[in-house]
Amino acid sequence: MPSGQSLTVSILEKDSAGLLDEWLDAMKAAGIGNDTRMNDAELKQQGGEFLKVLGAAVSGGNNIAAPGWAPVRQFLESVSRSRALQGFTSEETATFIFSLKKPLFARIRRATSNNPESLAEATWEATELIDKLGMHTVKAFQKSREEVINRQQEEMLELSTPVMKLWEGIIALPMIGTLDSARTQIVMESLLQRIVETGAEIAIIDITGVPTVDTLVAQHLLKTVTAIRLMGADCIISGIRPQIAQTIVHLGIELQGITTKANLADALAIALKRSGLTVTKAQKT
Amino acid sequence: MDRIPILRMGEYLLVTIQVDMHDRLALSLQDDLTEQITRTGAKGVLIDISALEIVDSFIGRMIANISRMSRILDAHTVVVGMRPAVAITLVELGLSLEGVHTALDVERGMRLLRRRLEETDPVDDRQL
Repeated sequence: MPSGQSLTVSILEKDSAGLLDEWLDAMKAAGIGNDTRMNDAELKQQGGEFLKVLGAAVSGGNNIAAPGWAPVRQFLESVSRSRALQGFTSEETATFIFSLKKPLFARIRRATSNNPESLAEATWEATELIDKLGMHTVKAFQKSREEVINRQQEEMLELSTPVMKLWEGIIALPMIGTLDSARTQIVMESLLQRIVETGAEIAIIDITGVPTVDTLVAQHLLKTVTAIRLMGADCIISGIRPQIAQTIVHLGIELQGITTKANLADALAIALKRSGLTVTKAQKT
Repeated sequence: MDRIPILRMGEYLLVTIQVDMHDRLALSLQDDLTEQITRTGAKGVLIDISALEIVDSFIGRMIANISRMSRILDAHTVVVGMRPAVAITLVELGLSLEGVHTALDVERGMRLLRRRLEETDPVDDRQL
């Protein structure tokens, strides 16, 4: 009588085509491949490839951490990663592996129909194996999702601090979103760095995109303005909305010594004036 | 003991800090500079700290004090070339150096000094 392990091996060897078909049916019944993200051919190709690497690895034992299982692990990781990027849920990704149980168990039952004991043993080993593979898939899925989140956070930080040059000697920083300590630190550093690089004498901080100003945010702003002044440049704060002006006064925040303007255009106008430049209408000839 | 050189350029004094400041150096700079201002009758002092990488609260206070002392001795002070990291540190230490004039580099600092001098006492009163 063959052991549970070798039974799985022989099923994978002899009947992989039938197993694949039934597996695909089970997947579809579970709701995978029913939308546009993944078509039948792709699913079939992935399934076939998985059965092939699984067949090669399963004869080497049940321990999926062993080196013989490396191709299977890598395959599952790549599948998880692509699923995560395509926006599948972890449940849908795990179903890819777990739906293999039904067709595999049916085959084990057929092969051991006269021997309930070896049926139980083979089923146990197969289920243990598939559970491990499923766990590994979910783990890889989670990891790639976390990578995506981390990358997006970094991108958001980069996006939130664009320092731009408005004119020779005038740079502007439009702030968007809530200001917390970490962000303000980055904003402050990149702004000061740009002042050094460009030698700009006037920096405009535009807070049109900042939804609320509380004492902490105001303090951060004051610090930035002071640091800019220490470096020898001037700072103008623009884009203060009526509500924010009210909040600032109600909170008792002193913005003394800081030039504030209602919008960026006014700030640019005063900056040009301070640089000794004037804007005039072109004369028609 | 090393000292920070104080260069005379016409009616201005130029101080460039090229080494890391320690407390004793800062104190000797304070002595030397006030001495030089009275001796030369300088009207403006330019302190270039573009090479200064590390500051603490003491050095920050020294810069403010030197500037204030010069003002009493009738000389305007401009601190130029402060690095971003230094500026952030001073702000975090709560030193905003009120009353100290700043500029991005020596050239602009010179221009600022000249402008301030012209505002406070017109050229024809001074001997050039």
